[in-house]
Amino acid sequence: MTGAAAAAERVARSAAPGRRRRAWLLIATVALLVALPHVPGLQSDFGRSLLTQMGIAAVFALSFNLLFGQTGLLSFGHAVYFGLGGYAAIGLMRAINHGLPLPMLVVPLAGAAGGLLAGVLFGAVTTKRAGTIFALISLGVGELVYAATFMLPGIFGGEEGITASRTRATIDFGFPLGSQLQVYYAVLLWTVAAALAMYAFTRTPVGRMCNAVRDNPERAEFVGYNTQRVRFIAFAMAGLFAGLAGGLHAINYEIVSADAVSAARSGAVLIMAYIGGAAYFVGPILGAIVITWLQSSLSDYTSAWLLYLGVFFMAMILYAPSGLAGLIMMHRRIAHPRALAGVLAAYAVALVPLALMAAGAVLAIEMAYRMSTQPELGTRMRLLWMSLDAALPWPWIVAAVALGGGLLLFRAAVPLVASAWERAAARG
Amino acid sequence: MLELVTVSLLNGVVYGLLLFMLSSGLTLIFSMMGVLNFAHASVFMIGAYLSFQLGRWVGFWPALVIAPLLCGLAGAAIERYGLSRVHARGHVAEILFTFGLAYLIEELVTMVWGRNAVANAVPAVIDFPLFHVFGSTFPAYKGLMMLISLAMFAFLYLALKKTRIGLVIQAALTHPKMLSALGHDVPGVFVLVFAVGSALAGLAGVIGGFMLLTQPTLAHAIGPIVFVVVVVGGLGSLGGALLASMLIGILQTFAVAVDYSLLDLFRTLGIMISRGSPLYELFAIKLATAAPIVPYLLLVLMLIVRPRGLLGTRDV
Amino acid sequence: MAAACALELRSVEKRFGATEIIRGVSLEVARGERHAIIGPNGAGKSTLFNLISGRYAPTRGSIRLDGEEIAGARSFAINRRGLARSFQVTNIFPRLSVFENLRCSVLWSLGYRYNFWRNADALRDAGECALATLEHIGLAARGDVPAGVLTYAEQRALEIGITIAGGAHVILLDEPTAGMSRGEADHAVALIRRVSEGRTLVIVEHDMSVVFGLANRISVLVYGEIIATDVPAGIRDNPAVQAAYLGTLPDA
Repeated sequence: MTGAAAAAERVARSAAPGRRRRAWLLIATVALLVALPHVPGLQSDFGRSLLTQMGIAAVFALSFNLLFGQTGLLSFGHAVYFGLGGYAAIGLMRAINHGLPLPMLVVPLAGAAGGLLAGVLFGAVTTKRAGTIFALISLGVGELVYAATFMLPGIFGGEEGITASRTRATIDFGFPLGSQLQVYYAVLLWTVAAALAMYAFTRTPVGRMCNAVRDNPERAEFVGYNTQRVRFIAFAMAGLFAGLAGGLHAINYEIVSADAVSAARSGAVLIMAYIGGAAYFVGPILGAIVITWLQSSLSDYTSAWLLYLGVFFMAMILYAPSGLAGLIMMHRRIAHPRALAGVLAAYAVALVPLALMAAGAVLAIEMAYRMSTQPELGTRMRLLWMSLDAALPWPWIVAAVALGGGLLLFRAAVPLVASAWERAAARG
Repeated sequence: MLELVTVSLLNGVVYGLLLFMLSSGLTLIFSMMGVLNFAHASVFMIGAYLSFQLGRWVGFWPALVIAPLLCGLAGAAIERYGLSRVHARGHVAEILFTFGLAYLIEELVTMVWGRNAVANAVPAVIDFPLFHVFGSTFPAYKGLMMLISLAMFAFLYLALKKTRIGLVIQAALTHPKMLSALGHDVPGVFVLVFAVGSALAGLAGVIGGFMLLTQPTLAHAIGPIVFVVVVVGGLGSLGGALLASMLIGILQTFAVAVDYSLLDLFRTLGIMISRGSPLYELFAIKLATAAPIVPYLLLVLMLIVRPRGLLGTRDV
Repeated sequence: MAAACALELRSVEKRFGATEIIRGVSLEVARGERHAIIGPNGAGKSTLFNLISGRYAPTRGSIRLDGEEIAGARSFAINRRGLARSFQVTNIFPRLSVFENLRCSVLWSLGYRYNFWRNADALRDAGECALATLEHIGLAARGDVPAGVLTYAEQRALEIGITIAGGAHVILLDEPTAGMSRGEADHAVALIRRVSEGRTLVIVEHDMSVVFGLANRISVLVYGEIIATDVPAGIRDNPAVQAAYLGTLPDA
């Protein structure tokens, strides 16, 4: 065997235990996900619905990241493929409602087909450019499609959208989609399949070249690849999986309307992928879970939740650009458990002033929101366990002191965290 | 017919100049810093809100001066304390930052002024008819807006092409390290550029605020069109931005006035399309209804035919 | 005639706006030859490489690779015909591992094109090729390191590696030893000599000992024109060349 071939064998053999570990991790995760809707707390329809939404968001965010994290293309209009896929899926659902002999379980394939078609059509034009211009084009196409859905009410249903039933089918192969639990399992099946497919794509030759094009589009051309074609393929794939997510959305909600292609939805998936961590394959999944949870839980308590999300996003951009996944991975480098404990302890110390700052800010924000958006409710309000009157000066003073004091203390705590990290790095 | 054309043309020019006012600052920031400022329309919105609030407290004319100044200060702060940390990470990071900022500003504005539109009416002092055309009046504030818009163009043209600081700034865009080595304060230059760009957006907001509805979704309503202007005109080209603004302004205004559809066109040509045909609905759309997408259609067309834009000189 | 010539330039001109950078360059590089291009700074050496490799299109003139016209062709098209180039400013894929950098450089030449159904890790030939190149350039121990964290010299080695990995038969190296110490440069020269066995090499260099040690023939480019093309001894004794360099050629 030649030297290179022998080396290749060595590399392959050393990668095997890593692959086995990852396979077990995957099986364990899937088992957990299968058991999750039976866990107390998530057993209600609300809990299961939340899990379902997380799955849909995860597929959508992963598809976005095929463009962004994998190929370096920032899109502000990715919801177009999600929504058009959703419309295609709901169309199939209606056909099944009227007697087409297909099980509801295959509806997401229609979504994928719709997303792929749209991806190929728009991608041919939009991938001619990259970087900033691509971002702007994606924005323009998004606005175009959104406006078009209102102009063609016969196809897109106008403001009310298109509805269908997920239970009226002639065949179901034993997998009806009646209850939320059944919908969850269907979504779980498709989510795992889609995630695995997207991961597999990133490991193919063209997937590797997507990364190369992201890192250095010019050099990629000098090793024989037409960069635009690579981007086009990534775009088509991203459209396919976004459409798949749209199909899952159609099944879950039994309605698809213009909000499925809206700029807000495009913005939301961007935020999910970025906050989760675009540099890691699983980052967008993490982001989808966190943002979906925040969206559903926070919005019940406060009308300012979008502001909090905005602040969270900005904080990530400035201080943690590699996302939540990046933050977690950062700690893998700390081998020594004592060093890790030291770092975590420093975090705990810094958390106190941070919480104080947050409390002050939240107090002020909630009061301001109450006064500006719901003036008819008066200025007396409840915040968690406290009741206060926003018209009086003292809550504002408390908020200012908490914010200011917290900030000062936090700045004092930051060096503690830094030195804990230095000690940890020195040990490792 | 002549009345329709004249009035539409006039309104189109007014709208076009409004778009230009907004895109001029964006072009400045882009051509000098390479940053596509997603939050530009948001600063415009802040200008509108500030002029409303300040107008109530101190009257229109002081507001016309103070609001842009405050917006300029805000822009300086954004660059100095936020955006400057992101430059090193490349243009995509910068866009994401300004995108997040736009998001944030929309919510902050909601927090202060609420979700509904505020009563940002045209101040009486400039709400008198300037002249009459075919029975409809052309109010003075539209004339003021046109004046300010053209003044912006002149100011920016001179600043970019003729002044020493303009050259320095353009050098800072491509060779910041060299410029630093020569003793110029590159971060300071960027703060200045961002501040001026934001002040221009704020100024546009003062006037635009009462021509459009002053509400938290204002930035999102007009932002994308401004980006279309900048891309169609050619990134970094001031003349292109003016040309594209006028083109889009006039096209869109004319489109709104045209109550015909492709179906009507076919009918006059003698071609009948049956109601059951798949594209019937597409052909039945009246141009007036399709007016909102005119800028985006132009964008797609431009990208297919001439990706550089009308007068674009640079690639991104 | 054309078959013996790997690379042929005829009256190539390049103008940027009003500025003429390349003013009519004609050159013939025989198959298997090691040809160096030297000249003072600003002579247009990198521009010449950019013209040959497709980064720019010439304003006028013809460039033929193995007898086929490539002037103005896209860089990937030229690369696919068997010409590869390295860059003066390191131009690698920083977030990919060193191994991946090399593997991506061989995928097209091994015919995988836009394949999206096979696992790249399972492609034995691509892996072997990448590993072989990895050993050649002396980075076998750094295969899994992200290319962005390599030292400068290691990145220069990788730069050469990416260029040669795909098996191109005409290789253009743009100042491969720039910024290297004497020892590193000697190492690089040995590498270059090894990998250019049986291939055509065109190299731009400032380091005269590298040039004189490596080249079969040397061309001297001054202000966008070639003032002399000859064997190393001839170039050293050429008065026009001496004038251009003000007598700074070593007595190597």
